[in-house]
Amino acid sequence: MDAFTTPFLAGTATGALLLIAALGLTLTFGQMGVINMAHGEFLMVGAYTAYVTQQVVTSVDLSILVALPVAFLVAGSLGLLLEATVISFMYRRPLDTLLVTVGVSLVLQQLAKDVFGAQGDPVQAPGWLVGTIPVFGYNWPYRQIFTVALALSSLACLAALLRYSAFGRRIRATVQNRDLAETLGIATRRVDRLTFFIGSGLAGIGGVAVSLISGTNPGLGRTYIISAFLVVVAGGLGQLKGTVIAAFTVGIATAFFADWTSASMAQVATFALVVVFLQLRPQGLFTVRTRGLA
Amino acid sequence: MLELRGVTAGYGRTRVLEDVSIEVATGGAAAVMGHNGAGKTTLLRVAVGLLPVMAGQVLLDGEDVTGLRPSDRVRRGLGYVPQGQLSFPQMTTLENLQLVTTDRTATDEVLDTFPALRGLLGRRAGLLSGGQRQQLAIARTLLTRPRMLILDEPTEGIQPNVVAEIESVITDLTRRGDLSVLLVEQHVGFALRATQGYYVLESGRVTSSGEGGPGAVDAVRAAMAV
Repeated sequence: MDAFTTPFLAGTATGALLLIAALGLTLTFGQMGVINMAHGEFLMVGAYTAYVTQQVVTSVDLSILVALPVAFLVAGSLGLLLEATVISFMYRRPLDTLLVTVGVSLVLQQLAKDVFGAQGDPVQAPGWLVGTIPVFGYNWPYRQIFTVALALSSLACLAALLRYSAFGRRIRATVQNRDLAETLGIATRRVDRLTFFIGSGLAGIGGVAVSLISGTNPGLGRTYIISAFLVVVAGGLGQLKGTVIAAFTVGIATAFFADWTSASMAQVATFALVVVFLQLRPQGLFTVRTRGLA
Repeated sequence: MLELRGVTAGYGRTRVLEDVSIEVATGGAAAVMGHNGAGKTTLLRVAVGLLPVMAGQVLLDGEDVTGLRPSDRVRRGLGYVPQGQLSFPQMTTLENLQLVTTDRTATDEVLDTFPALRGLLGRRAGLLSGGQRQQLAIARTLLTRPRMLILDEPTEGIQPNVVAEIESVITDLTRRGDLSVLLVEQHVGFALRATQGYYVLESGRVTSSGEGGPGAVDAVRAAMAV
């Protein structure tokens, strides 16, 4: 049983981290079509926000809970700044956006090195996240359970926002047909900015979760960015349901491959699987179905 | 009132409209006719703000709105139903309407105008027929409470029994008195019945204009035959 439960539950936590990283990308890449290579650095910013918050709010039990909304705001504001000063001039020029945001990601990494040092800083887990719970013979760490819960809560909030709120409808309308949305009185530029704010803010929340598992590190974003893009593409662009399935599948598959081979071979095997999947189904898991030219 | 004054516009370096001037009086209705490629849709896109002018002005109730975004023009009372029965296909009919307002009284009013939509509120717009989507498009624009309504070929590619229904709604709208209408339409007879004035566009220029009504049909057909 252990041979199954251990990689499955550990992989679920990895999948949850990927999911939080990919949720923001579902908005900015999947919905808006912006290839933001600096998205991983927003995760890094979230992780450092958790670290800094811990220096300010000395109660370890409380600091992580404070860090979550603060990381959302800090990463979201950085995203907003990036959208307003760089990306807004490059809509419909995806390759330019890709190149420029790679540059922005390098700048952010260097900035983190200059401010916090090249070595990472540890983020202390609160008392209520220390310990494990036995599940079918595997001692599942509370930290991993917290990550899964955080990913699912973020997912639920984002899904509810998109599905039921007026702002969510405006995001979907702007994504589906920008000109038509404008002619219905929707200020699409404001929608773009808020969408980017939320997408980047979600990465900030993901960064807090990452910091609890691996601490902070200026290069932390690179670990997740490629996998997160793969998850969004494999799930079907802009499709939340597909992103969830793809994130957990990639996380769990990687854990199983790592169990059977090694951690680096597991990455190779998972990426190879995703590439084969995309050859067979380039549109990803889910696509939009319409009747005629809607 | 909507006025396009000496408008030149196009795509890239290609000029599609050359020094076009048209006017729709407050409470009045005008039709723009012409062959495919004459520049009718381009003219409407300029009026709405989806295409910038190279020269000229767009005035709405006397205010120069040339530099305003479409959403700002909508807030000033401009409504636009684009060509091609456009909808947001992944959203339901109700969500398409709620993009503009969630006010139930206002929604009920437009559903009274298009009762066929009542039974389709939960259906995804992408799964509606062309005629149903066009009714949804007009209903959605009416919810923006326009004082100036622009319609681009509202009966194009729609089955005949629905065309009659849409024509009847548009004719009623043009006679309301509190709404000005600019209609681009291929069916000359319907366009002239529904409006009080017409413009014929050829190769991006107004080649003929006059008062509408059934009596103008021959004059318009002659102008379009050139």
